[in-house]
Amino acid sequence: MIKKRLVIIGGGSAGMAAAIKAYELGERDILIIEKNAYLGGILNQCIHNGFGLHEFKEELTGPEFMTRFSNKVNELGIDYRLNSNVLNISNDKVVTYSNSKEGLVEVKAEAIILSTGCYERNAGAIQIPGDRPSGVYTAGQAQLFVNCYGYLVGKRVFILGSGDIGLIMARRMTLEGAKVLGVAELMPYSAGLNRNIVQCLKDFDIPLYLSHTVKKVEGLSHLEKVTIAKVDEKMNFIEGTDITFDVDTLLLSVGLLPNVDLFNKLPIRISRTRGAMVNQAMESDIRGIFACGNVLHVHDLVDYVVEEAREAAEGAVQYLKGELKHEGHIYEVNPGNGIGYVVPQIVYIDDVKERLSFKFRVRKPYKDVDIYIKEGDKVIKKIFKPAIIPSEMEIVKLDKSLFSKESNEILVYVEERK
Amino acid sequence: MFDVVVIGAGCVGSLIARKLSSYQLNVAVLEKESDVGNIVTMANSAIVHSGYDPVPGSLKAKLNVLGNAMFDKISEELDVEFERRGSLTVALYDEQLPLLDELAKRSKENGVPVKILTSKEVLEMEPNINKDVKAALFAPTAGLVNPFTLSVHAMENACDNGAKLFLNEKVVDIKKEGDTFKVICASKNVYETKVIINAAGIYSEEIHKMIEPIDYTLTPRKGEYFILDHYSDSLVKHTIFPLPTSKGKGILVSPTTGGTYLVGPSAEVTFSKDDVSTDKATLDDVRRQASEMVPSIPFNQVIRTFSGTRPTPSTHDFIIGFAKKDDHFITCSGIESPGLASSPAIAEYVVNEFVSKVLSLEKKDNFNPYVRKRVNLAKMSPEERNKLIKEHPEYGEIICNCEKVTLGEILDEFKSSVPPMTIKAVRKRTRAGFGKCQGGFCQPLVTKLIAEHFKIPLNKVLYQFEDSYVVRYKVKDEK
Repeated sequence: MIKKRLVIIGGGSAGMAAAIKAYELGERDILIIEKNAYLGGILNQCIHNGFGLHEFKEELTGPEFMTRFSNKVNELGIDYRLNSNVLNISNDKVVTYSNSKEGLVEVKAEAIILSTGCYERNAGAIQIPGDRPSGVYTAGQAQLFVNCYGYLVGKRVFILGSGDIGLIMARRMTLEGAKVLGVAELMPYSAGLNRNIVQCLKDFDIPLYLSHTVKKVEGLSHLEKVTIAKVDEKMNFIEGTDITFDVDTLLLSVGLLPNVDLFNKLPIRISRTRGAMVNQAMESDIRGIFACGNVLHVHDLVDYVVEEAREAAEGAVQYLKGELKHEGHIYEVNPGNGIGYVVPQIVYIDDVKERLSFKFRVRKPYKDVDIYIKEGDKVIKKIFKPAIIPSEMEIVKLDKSLFSKESNEILVYVEERK
Repeated sequence: MFDVVVIGAGCVGSLIARKLSSYQLNVAVLEKESDVGNIVTMANSAIVHSGYDPVPGSLKAKLNVLGNAMFDKISEELDVEFERRGSLTVALYDEQLPLLDELAKRSKENGVPVKILTSKEVLEMEPNINKDVKAALFAPTAGLVNPFTLSVHAMENACDNGAKLFLNEKVVDIKKEGDTFKVICASKNVYETKVIINAAGIYSEEIHKMIEPIDYTLTPRKGEYFILDHYSDSLVKHTIFPLPTSKGKGILVSPTTGGTYLVGPSAEVTFSKDDVSTDKATLDDVRRQASEMVPSIPFNQVIRTFSGTRPTPSTHDFIIGFAKKDDHFITCSGIESPGLASSPAIAEYVVNEFVSKVLSLEKKDNFNPYVRKRVNLAKMSPEERNKLIKEHPEYGEIICNCEKVTLGEILDEFKSSVPPMTIKAVRKRTRAGFGKCQGGFCQPLVTKLIAEHFKIPLNKVLYQFEDSYVVRYKVKDEK
């Protein structure tokens, strides 16, 4: 059995950023295990720009962004395996991976960072009604086909869900000569970033149908028709609002789910994000097993993924040095009014070095709103926001000194100004 | 000239072809789909019923019980996933208890071993069943089977023993000239044969009508299901049934041989034999009824919903036998539930009772009942697996992450005498794409593998049906 101090599972932006940070903090015995034939993960197929505004203060394409990281990984000589798929993580941190060159390999890790990203909710997961024709794809799958294989899945397209990948694909398919007839969004607001609504839909005159969803797909062999209808507040279809589109393609951009398969057999609690429950060090219920990036919760910007990966790397290095004590005062962090989830869910405040960040999303759009962070009955931070939307992740950074250790509960909530 | 043409390559047609291939006969199988087992065999509960439910004395009762008993041997020979888990038919209300006794009596008449369990015994076996359960009928012989590999491997075994499979051959007419049938296909191909066996599933009515008027009808009845991912490995260990009604055995909750869970089916009459659509109201009803039996079903782990059609005969029993006017036409119509469980016995019955009356059956000396054994990575020790990967590196490379299917397993299927030609055919054989991402990650890779193997462009790879291309246009191609 091979021994490694730090094993990072998944060599996308989160995995690479974590590896680089751990290296910078002095850790040298690192192995990244990546299932694809290349580092960079999903960014390889995201050939549009808009990445790196925070990280590099410039707009890069996905491959450009990830190449900066993979170059760094290579420059530092961090060890990685490609085409290697992790089959199992045991309770005592033995990582088993498989590839065609080495066969099954067991690595005894002292610390593990899981950075396996997410997967797209698909027609099965959203239980799409109607026939079962071909021609229904997740947006990311169609993106891979067009950007990496050079094939267009179809030429008359409807898109369900206004997630960012769907919006990006509306533009991409249009530029490749397809006709995108519209985008339907179940909620009364978009699930994607505002800049994508403008740059990918408005600029191409693609209609966005809010509070609409697919009522029926038709086609015994290949997709022929998609019917959408408007929904009321209880998500029931409103009679007489059906619109039918003759299409050969339905793209789904209806959300992403953390890919936590490797945690399923471990005694690790799963949070509301459907990722692992973690403490301030991005550490799961098993000491020394960390998670970051989209496997923890789905991020809007890769820049934030990178930031979180660094927090996980710091946590892992702290753990490896025996500096994570898990002692002293503990907080449970809960989402309150208007908040969908908060990461982390647990805080060992004595293990925090200087600052601590809470990441969360609101459940619906708000205007003129205050974000409150409350420790027990005491508000320790209040931040005003003129507008806040579910498609954008919020990050609040707090100094350690703000915490009084008088209560064990931290509540994050919003209140609208009247 | 063939001795026998089997029309339809579902599990019934495939197992009949396999049985026939053990004799010195020239056998052809005509299948309208692009793969075997694509319609009725594709979408059902994947259960080998014990036989407690069919009316005593019926063909269903007889063939179900006989068929069930054959599964240990046939699953071994055909390398098919089969687990004799047992089933529990649960009574949730006191007024259902007499019905349970009635079923127990029926089971005895059918020769099915059963036992009535008390509420306590049931909850010990299945802690997730509704705590209000009053009693249950335990049928230990019930099993789970993989219907996909059953039909595929039966047909592969038939082909390995000399039968010929013709896919994408839709029979449109049958003519008889002297002692010869001419089976005419939509492709204009004509197959001449002495004997026809009609195993055309939901369309066996139409095939039968090509040679004579018939006095039965087949109503397509649709069953809608949920498939749940295999996270909670202890949701239920047995197949859990409600008490049967006139509409069927009811909505079950069952493990599958793939480690996932099935919840369903509904049972609605549908207007079209090709209708495999699902709808929210029906699925909501399935969910409600199933949750009554097993309240903790994690519906947030649904990975797919689907529906399948069953050929429900107006006679309420399997219709197996000679055509009235021609004893060289043998029909197997109305093979609805428990058709899967009965299928090995149906094959024996058709060949022994009917084919044997019109053709002389002489055993082949070199008939091999075993299908080429597949590599089973899950059952291998790490050492065995490493040895295999050293010799065949493709077994180290994983294509489907959700179901952990390797490149080696997919490439191996192409070597079969019934190779997968579509995305769905690869799924059925290997489970690649059956998991929670539903092929989101692996479908492009599988598409490429099919294109490479058959030396066709990527935009000629089909999902399943004619015209169901996975990708339709090459980028920057004006055509």
